[in-house]
Amino acid sequence: MSRHDVLVDADWAEAHLTEPKIVFVEVDEDVSAYDGGHLSGAVRMDWTKELQDPVARDLIDKAGFEKLLSAKGIGNDDTVVLYGGNNNWFAAYAYWYFKLYGHGDVKLLDGGRKKWELDGRELVKDVTVRPATSYTAKDQDLSIRAFRDEVVAAIGAKNLVDVRSPDEFSGKIMAPAHLPQEQAQRPGHIPTAANVPWSKAANDDGTFKSDEDLRALYAGLDTAKATIAYCRIGERSSHTWFALHELLGETDVKNYDGSWTEYGSLVGVPVAMGA
Amino acid sequence: MCGAPAQTLSLDGIDVGKESIIQGTVVKAGAPVGGAYVRLLDGTGEFTAEVQTSATGVFRFFAAPGDWTLRTLAPRQTVDTPVTAVKGQAVEATVEIAA
Repeated sequence: MSRHDVLVDADWAEAHLTEPKIVFVEVDEDVSAYDGGHLSGAVRMDWTKELQDPVARDLIDKAGFEKLLSAKGIGNDDTVVLYGGNNNWFAAYAYWYFKLYGHGDVKLLDGGRKKWELDGRELVKDVTVRPATSYTAKDQDLSIRAFRDEVVAAIGAKNLVDVRSPDEFSGKIMAPAHLPQEQAQRPGHIPTAANVPWSKAANDDGTFKSDEDLRALYAGLDTAKATIAYCRIGERSSHTWFALHELLGETDVKNYDGSWTEYGSLVGVPVAMGA
Repeated sequence: MCGAPAQTLSLDGIDVGKESIIQGTVVKAGAPVGGAYVRLLDGTGEFTAEVQTSATGVFRFFAAPGDWTLRTLAPRQTVDTPVTAVKGQAVEATVEIAA
C-alpha cells in the first residue's frame, strides 16, 4: 500500500468530485461548518451525533454503522474520501472507523477543509442527498482498536504514544488550549508513554509531512514492539494512527479511543506527571 | 467535545479567575476577517492549539501564564503576533493581516 492509496491531494479531489462511485464525506464535530460550505457533492457526517453511541460511551455497533452508511447512500464498493476541519482530526477518526468496520476503499483528503479553504477552492451550500444503499459492515477489526486493560498491560511493554500537546502530557493543562480547562479526571499521562504531539506529523496547512519526516519523527519508537496511540478522546490519536499504520505501514498499531478521558478517570492505575 | 467551540469575546459563564485567556480579533483594513486560522504556539514555537475565527473575526484560547505566539493563516499569508498570557485575565490581541 502506498501513500497515494490512502491520502489524496486537493487537485486529485477537485478532478474527481463528480464521479458517482467516489463519495466525499465531510466529518466534523461542529456540523455547522458543512452548512457554511462544503465540497461539491459531499455528504455530511456528524461526529458527535452519528459516530457515538447515544447512551453508552462507545462507538456505534455494526448494525448502527450499516444503517448510517446505507442512509448516507454509501455502498460497499464505493471509494470514500473523508475530510473535515480541525486538521482532519475527526476525518481521521472516521477513517479509522471505516477501517474498523472493514470498508474496502477509503482515503483521506490531505489538509482537509483548511488546505481547501486556504487554497481558495470552491465550496457549495447545496445539501447533497444520495439514494439509500444497503450497506453491509464486517465485524470490528480489533487489531486496530485498544481497550483499557490492554493499555494498562502495555505499560513498559509496548510503545505507548501520547499525541496530546506537551502541556497536556505533563499535566499542566487538562484539555487542548482552545477549551476551558475544568475537567473531572486527573492530569498527567500513562507511565512509559512517549509524547509525540499529533501536530508534529502535520504542516501548518494541515497536510501530512513527508514519509521521510514522519519516519524521523517516530524514530524513537521500538519497531519490534506493538504500538498504542492515545490522546484525550481518541480523534487526535486517529491522526497519528493514520500516520503510523497507513502512511508508514507499521503493522501493529492500535488506537485507544477511550484515551485520557477514560484512563485519567480510572481508579488504581498508575499516572505519571511532568515532561 | 474536543474541537473548538464557536469563537466569541463574551466571558459570560467562564470562570476567568481560573483561566489564562488570550483572545482577540483578526482584521484586514479595519474589517473583521472570519474563517482565518489562528494557531497558538508556545514559548519554544511548538504548536499548542488552533481555532478558526468566527464571522466577526474573533478567536480565543485558554492558555497558561507565559509567552506565546499567535500564528494567523489566511490565503497567501501568515502573520506571527507575540502575546503574554496572565492568570485570571483575558488578554486581548488584534491581528492585522494585509489587505
